[in-house]
Amino acid sequence: MEDTYNRKKTTSGKENRIQYIRQEEPGYPKRLRFHRGMPGGLYVLGRLPEEDRPSVAIVGARRSDSYGNAVARRFARELAEEGVQIISGMAWGIDGMAHEGALEAGGDTFAVLGCGVDICYPAGHKNLYERILRQGGVLSEQPPGMAPLAGHFPARNRIISGLSDLVLVVEARERSGSLITADFALEQGKDIFAIPGRVGDTLSQGCLNLIRQGAGVADSPQIILEALGLVGRKNREPDKILLAKDENIVYSWIRLQPISLEELVQKTKMPAGKVLKVLVELELKGCVREIQKNDYIRTD
Amino acid sequence: MFSTILSAAVVGIEAYPVQVEADICDGLPQFCMVGDLSPEVREAADRVRTALRNVRIVFPPKRVTVNLSPAHIRKEGTGFDLPVAAALLAALGILPEEAVRDVLIVGEIGLNGKVRPVSGVLQMVMLARELGLKRCLVPKENAKEGAVIREVMVVGLEKLEELLLCLLDSAACERMAETPEEWQESPRVYGEDFCEISGQETVRRAAEIAAAGMHNFLMIGTPGAGKTMIARRMPTILPELALEESLEISRVYSACGLLTGKKGLVGVRPFRAPHHTVSANALTGGGRKVKPGEISLATRGVLFLDELPEFSRNALEVLRQPLEEGQVTISRTSGTYVFPAHFQLVAAMNPCKCGYYPDRKRCQCLPGEISQYLHRISRPLLDRIDICTETSRIEYRELTEDAENESSASIRIRVEAAQKIQMERYRGNGWQFNSQLPSSALREFCPLGIREAQLMETAYEKMELSVRAYHKIIKVARTIADLEGAEQICREHLLEAIGYRALDQKFWGR
Repeated sequence: MEDTYNRKKTTSGKENRIQYIRQEEPGYPKRLRFHRGMPGGLYVLGRLPEEDRPSVAIVGARRSDSYGNAVARRFARELAEEGVQIISGMAWGIDGMAHEGALEAGGDTFAVLGCGVDICYPAGHKNLYERILRQGGVLSEQPPGMAPLAGHFPARNRIISGLSDLVLVVEARERSGSLITADFALEQGKDIFAIPGRVGDTLSQGCLNLIRQGAGVADSPQIILEALGLVGRKNREPDKILLAKDENIVYSWIRLQPISLEELVQKTKMPAGKVLKVLVELELKGCVREIQKNDYIRTD
Repeated sequence: MFSTILSAAVVGIEAYPVQVEADICDGLPQFCMVGDLSPEVREAADRVRTALRNVRIVFPPKRVTVNLSPAHIRKEGTGFDLPVAAALLAALGILPEEAVRDVLIVGEIGLNGKVRPVSGVLQMVMLARELGLKRCLVPKENAKEGAVIREVMVVGLEKLEELLLCLLDSAACERMAETPEEWQESPRVYGEDFCEISGQETVRRAAEIAAAGMHNFLMIGTPGAGKTMIARRMPTILPELALEESLEISRVYSACGLLTGKKGLVGVRPFRAPHHTVSANALTGGGRKVKPGEISLATRGVLFLDELPEFSRNALEVLRQPLEEGQVTISRTSGTYVFPAHFQLVAAMNPCKCGYYPDRKRCQCLPGEISQYLHRISRPLLDRIDICTETSRIEYRELTEDAENESSASIRIRVEAAQKIQMERYRGNGWQFNSQLPSSALREFCPLGIREAQLMETAYEKMELSVRAYHKIIKVARTIADLEGAEQICREHLLEAIGYRALDQKFWGR
């Protein structure tokens, strides 16, 4: 029945590998079984999350900034290193970064889509989509070929929160779709953590609201691991890299918020050519990253 | 009686000789003009006849035939009025045959006998020099530009009567001859200066390097960050204009009729900023009567493309060949035209559609939209841009600060010194600047030491550079070294050059 609904022609051979798992079948995720309003069945491409391993949903704004991107990536990476499965929605911004982080660590990551599992939405995440298929899976309650309709996306959030033991909101505006996920998580009795942002930052307002309402403050991946009952490796000291004096001066001004070369020139009072030279040196050492022409952020 | 006068016409930017022949014989009164003429040339008959009458030269009721040879080339423009008049006067016997020999005549005539300016006089006088002629009669307004060619005596005419005077009385002719001016660059006529730019240390530095090596230059920045201001000041830090360069520019401007005025030659480096709706033809040149386009009008100067992604793909793609070759070739059924195009490309763009990325307080673009915006510029064009930098919005404090900013003149001294080193180095090699260095010659002219080679290897691997980007970094490093007067390319030069590398699209919006 559902199979024929609004079916688009799919060209790839993926269709054959898509499994449909009904609620009655034993393969259906146990985490979803106990909540109301869960789909009658799931389409899966790749694998489903393992039942006995902890899983964390990392969600947030699509129009995220480099700070959110870096944090999402780092949390996902460090959690995945401890064997946590990362679940998200493969959207632009935080979602995509969470998957990236998990993939970097070689962990498992799962994307819940609002369209058919054979459709890569957004199309710009094609590469990410392929990698998620190799290191986890893509799931959806929508039949293959279903177009990404706006109405489907709020509903898939209940699956994201349902599949995870804990939901981490990285960046959210005051009225963000990520807060829907948090609401579902609350309903389903899951822990909610939020990354505390800066006061007055529109991208942090949603997170700050969550914290006010009682969400956990996620100031390090350790907190999340403890909440999951895991013990992470203590004192993860980053590898110390020896920096020259000039490099230290320039590096000290670079944060996770992008700073432009021009600003650095003013702050350090060094000539532009020299600052640029130092920045490239730092970039080659892997200490900073150029996220846009002559805009730099710290790598964590 | 039959007579012939030498005149000239311009096709593209080259002049070619045209023989104006006139024959007056008995028969029914008629004025007949032949030789593949456009309407404005054909109308010369009426203008010349009326003008002759108005200067009291009686035109007998006879059969007149005027032929413009070579007859197979389409003649256009109004410059044939004066030679037609001279041919008629010679055919009437008013001017002796030897008086009109070895002289090139060009000009438009009004009904009252006033001589009006025409375009392309510079080329025509150059042609006269090639043909070994000693004299040229041109409109007074064009006399200065013609007089640049010192080997030919150029006489400026204001009235039709002066034509007779000049041709009959060689002493009077010599008195009226235009005295050629000593060549010198027009002093400080740009009206703009780098000292008007507050702050912006980064862009200043990048602009200086770009000018020193004639590197193509791309500025990325939010709206109102001063991209256009910087670009407008680029010609002011380019080296002094040499006579040969000015002649090249003037030839283009003369052919387009843009050279009228007090000065004979173009005295400043051109700055052309076509709007982003410009068509490919308007950039390269073309049209029914083929004329040079914006890139040729910008030769030896700066071509500024603001809002680079908004230009049509078609228009940008045509820039590729001129950027490589320094000239543009236009093929039409009427022939092939070659125009100079030694311009420096300066381009500006916003980082995203709204212009504020990565400032997330203002930028509402999705990462996909940002990369889509950047992909509007084709890879091959980006590959031809050597230096890329960001311009950031200046803060109020900087704007109001009374800090002394370096003036164009003092930047120019360094640029000139660096260019001199380059010219010495590349003497006899067919190229002048580091930016023109072919990659095959890199090893010879830009050898790297062990430390430097190691650095480039790390950068190549870590930053996933393309081969082209790798070459460009070395060329820019060479320019930075030249600015310092350093013999060898050092680590510092390479590091800075890496910082100016063109944007890596794959890392953007992340």
